[in-house]
Amino acid sequence: MGWLPAPVEELLDVALVGELTVVGRGGRPITHPLIPLYHSGRIYLHSSTLFSKKLEHIKREPRVALSISDPVATKGNPDRVTIQGTARLIEEDPHADWERLILDLWRRKEPSIDDFLKVRVALPLFFERSVIEITPERCLFWAEGRTDRAPVETRAPAREAA
Amino acid sequence: MTATLTRSGTGSAHATTADDLERLAAYPHVVVSWVADDGFPVSVATTFQTDATAGIVVLAAPTGLAIPTDREVGVVGSHIHPVPGGYDERRYLQLWGRVEDGSRFTPSRAWGWDEAEMPFFEYSERSVPQSRRYLKQLSAEKGRTIRPRLSPFWLALRTTRLPFLSATAVPVLLGIAVAASHGAFTWWTALLTVIGASFAHLAINVTNDIFDTLSGADDANPNPTQFSGGSRVAVYDLVSIRGLVLLAAGLYAAAAAIGLVLVVVTESITLLWIGIAGIALGLAYTAPPLKLVYRGLGELAVALGFGPIMLLGAYVVQTGSLAWEPVVLSLVPGILISLILFVNEIPDRAGDAQAGKRTLPVRLSPNVVRTMYLVGGIGAFGVIVVGVTGGLLPWPTLIALAAIPLVLRVHQGLKVHYDSPYTLMAVMGANVNVNLIVGGLLLVAYAVTIVAMQLS
Repeated sequence: MGWLPAPVEELLDVALVGELTVVGRGGRPITHPLIPLYHSGRIYLHSSTLFSKKLEHIKREPRVALSISDPVATKGNPDRVTIQGTARLIEEDPHADWERLILDLWRRKEPSIDDFLKVRVALPLFFERSVIEITPERCLFWAEGRTDRAPVETRAPAREAA
Repeated sequence: MTATLTRSGTGSAHATTADDLERLAAYPHVVVSWVADDGFPVSVATTFQTDATAGIVVLAAPTGLAIPTDREVGVVGSHIHPVPGGYDERRYLQLWGRVEDGSRFTPSRAWGWDEAEMPFFEYSERSVPQSRRYLKQLSAEKGRTIRPRLSPFWLALRTTRLPFLSATAVPVLLGIAVAASHGAFTWWTALLTVIGASFAHLAINVTNDIFDTLSGADDANPNPTQFSGGSRVAVYDLVSIRGLVLLAAGLYAAAAAIGLVLVVVTESITLLWIGIAGIALGLAYTAPPLKLVYRGLGELAVALGFGPIMLLGAYVVQTGSLAWEPVVLSLVPGILISLILFVNEIPDRAGDAQAGKRTLPVRLSPNVVRTMYLVGGIGAFGVIVVGVTGGLLPWPTLIALAAIPLVLRVHQGLKVHYDSPYTLMAVMGANVNVNLIVGGLLLVAYAVTIVAMQLS
């Protein structure tokens, strides 16, 4: 469905954590560890309104980058990738949108989320969430995680770019 | 508290310190990021070495991506530990600064979070103002009000703090049991008593939340637990203050209506005065001008309310008169339920102090609090012994002494977990159980007494 190379999709499918970099005020790069989800060529991240400063930054500047860099979080897969793309926030209903859109993807990667959902009454604001949908535009891939070597660069076909 | 929040594990941005560089050195790699000329952020993983003395980080320059020297650069270390079903040991550290010579990074600002230093629940509580701000902005953007929600069942349970009704059940059922042992029992007035007392308790819970929200006590408390810190429904904007006021008024009205029915049925002016005293005490607990709990008198108010007022009220509904036996017995749940409040105030004490809510744990040292708990807990059992010795309580009530080890266990738990709100939760739970178990044993004792009387 998407244009990302197969090894990159594999990384996105297994990674428990990636590093989302957004552009803060004054052009400051701000990086947040988040669990990346992948479906039909789009990357989905999500954020509680408790930790929503990143969402404010994305509203001002939707250009973002996502790195997957930690083999501990990728079941030992040593490859590394950075994906640049344009983010869109889905938050018409922060109470329910994320459940409809990404809960199945989330629980596939982190089944323990169901235990937290059972005690939603104890963490009501944690489950008020916005979905960050990233349309990939450029991909830098380092096989074996060797960033001492030049990355393999891939770009979205023109019609895919946001 | 301020000193704590300047460290990188606590989610607060600050000027870089040597501690930050020492923390960064523990990560196996970092992700370096900057904003490229095309407006997109670039990020790349690399290895590094820290030089805390020079205050720099030497980055291994990634091939094919030159780290710019003319703009701010971010360096992030991130760690998780995968476990079945998810991950734990979350921590990360972000530094910002400038790069010279393509690899020499001099940080100037830092920010991070380490769940080993600041538990996730506390981190979340400290972020509540951000959530409220964001949802307000979102509402403005969308042109409609967007508020956090819970399902009606969970919202009702959370708003009223329904599970705390066990505290009401014990004295009311004991009052009914004592009356039954005196030969007086009408099932439907007993049922109405339980319902009316429950409405009164829930009304007091909601009133307490209204005033603790307005005073800022709940906002100032970053460590609420399932036993302490209030319902927080107004702090989270799940329910407005107006909604809480209407709910409290409705619950008080329901309690008063049931109370009046019982007064009419029993034709007891004593019951009327007990009911008035109960509602007045419930309001005075947190409401101005008395604000008893703010003056260190909360335990006394709770002891009176959940001891003599609840138990004697239930007794008078059945018998129409007062007696010494229920007076003596009422001291037991009165003391034990006031000790629930006493222990539950321990994790709240920093926020309470900040809001001017000078509860006993705010006023007293940990040693004195622990000693008072032990004296109070043992004192409750002393009341039973004295009551039996004096011929006021039936001897089977001595069975409740079997719960003494639980009090000692809670006392021990207070020694170990006094300063740790989240590990103290188990101790608070055990303390709630002390009242339930003692109450249960006393009910068994009265059941035995009633059966024995009928057999003799």
